[in-house]
Amino acid sequence: MPQDELQSGDLSHRFDYAEAFTAGLLDPGRAPPDAVSGPNGKAAVKRYAVYRNNVTVSLIDALAASFPATLRITGPDFFRAMARFHVRETPPTSPLLFEYGRDFPDFIERYDYARPMPWLADVARLERAWLDAYHAADAEPLASVALAAIPPERLADTVFVPHPATRAIRSRYPVVTIFAANRRDRPVGRIEADGPEDALVTRPGLEVFVRHLPPGGAAFLDRLMAGEPLGAAAAAAFAETAEFDLAANIAGLLQAGAITAAH
Amino acid sequence: MNGLAPSFRISKTSRFPAHPIAGLAGTSFKHEHLPVILGDGPKDGFFEVHAENYMGAGGPPHDALARIRRDFPVSLHGVCMSIGGPRPLDKVHLGRFKALVDRYEPALVSEHLAWSTHDTTFYNDLLPLPYTPATVSRVANHIDEMQETIGRPILIENPSTYVLFAESTMSETDFIGALVQRTGCGLLLDVNNVFVSATNHGYSALSYLADFPLAHVGEIHLAGHAEQADDEGDLLLIDSHDGPVADAVWKLFDIVIGRCGPLPTLIEWDSAIPEWPVLKAEAAAAQAILDHHADSHHLLGKAHAAG
Repeated sequence: MPQDELQSGDLSHRFDYAEAFTAGLLDPGRAPPDAVSGPNGKAAVKRYAVYRNNVTVSLIDALAASFPATLRITGPDFFRAMARFHVRETPPTSPLLFEYGRDFPDFIERYDYARPMPWLADVARLERAWLDAYHAADAEPLASVALAAIPPERLADTVFVPHPATRAIRSRYPVVTIFAANRRDRPVGRIEADGPEDALVTRPGLEVFVRHLPPGGAAFLDRLMAGEPLGAAAAAAFAETAEFDLAANIAGLLQAGAITAAH
Repeated sequence: MNGLAPSFRISKTSRFPAHPIAGLAGTSFKHEHLPVILGDGPKDGFFEVHAENYMGAGGPPHDALARIRRDFPVSLHGVCMSIGGPRPLDKVHLGRFKALVDRYEPALVSEHLAWSTHDTTFYNDLLPLPYTPATVSRVANHIDEMQETIGRPILIENPSTYVLFAESTMSETDFIGALVQRTGCGLLLDVNNVFVSATNHGYSALSYLADFPLAHVGEIHLAGHAEQADDEGDLLLIDSHDGPVADAVWKLFDIVIGRCGPLPTLIEWDSAIPEWPVLKAEAAAAQAILDHHADSHHLLGKAHAAG
């Protein structure tokens, strides 16, 4: 490692500019660092504020781009105020902005002003899953007919390999209906659904799809994604609800492109 | 440039056509323009992409970039390597960057003289650094590490800045010249950044250009800026990339190309993105200046040959 890599001892004072510069970037109450100024000793309050503004506004914009339905539900002023709190509390740790916002749904759940919209955090969870599916690795989904090659007596021990884009989101609210209504350009009418909805997110090709999961479907898919065989996953789904329809769920997952292999 | 080239390997198994970029004007690539770009008749110019937007595993971003790369030269512009920061480079990020270079074989690869990550926080802005012999050494090590990792030289871009560091002991042009000497890197001259910084710090853009190591420039950036005021009420320019290139920046560009000859030139437009014809027209205006100087360099060459 080169000498300059050392961070301790008498070398460190050369490199503390980043420490001083970042101290006030997410804190509008702090004065600009002493180390900077304008030319000829001009003040740096507004000059430093350019950086602070770039940081805060660009990160709020990143959340707005990743959570468009959440923004549409709350309106831009509400969303940007909420996102500003989150940016200051939990700034990104990765330079990949499409990774940012994993903690945003939990923040929304705790955010006082969002309490009258208890479904909002789940809509954000579904949007986060949508973005993960969008960037997930490409893979060829398993054709529905491939299952016919497995002898019936081996089905219970068969393990399904989920597509890298596959996600399940559970909700006590009609999250799929609310999401779908707010990710379109059309005006949002009155949403009649009021029961719980679980979502299946897939991306068999280039387009991300969001579907309803039938009763027990989320429990079934959660177990499959954990690597459990069909028999154990089906048992878990039946334990959750007697309405669980094994054949329909398997057909639904295959038809949605949620599975890449069965073995 | 110094003798870097022999140590760099050139891939023998190209997945894409070579598509020369010399003397071309190009634009930032925005996904909403993809259908019209691919249906737009002549495949001229080039496209530049921000590397970080293509660091996901798969999906539509890679599909779009591969389609663009098949028909056009592509410039890969890193925004987040934090080369100007005090901390060691992020090895995971370096690995991702190398994978992109290997996958898309870009005509140009560039990064910024700036930093954006400190400790565990990513600030998503191009933050400034003091110009001292110690920071030259640190930044040069980072450029060496990046060039060795990806196996080819990179272009380093001059920043737009709003503040100065009291501890700076070197001019920005001397600092950049020292990086070229130490690392053999090339330079990306952002003419809008020159104009923005010169205005913000009260120096002449022309004297900055006179001191800049123009012989090492491999690409030009042009962009729009916005106007604000500093604490004293004086004009403070913001590098906003949200509008057309200013007249004063076009004039500086004309002067630079007159001195350097035609160089790959990018119109950067990253927010309030216009319809494709507006962006394309800005690139056409840059191409006209490049072509004008290509002709006069050509004539000049002939005159010398005849004499």
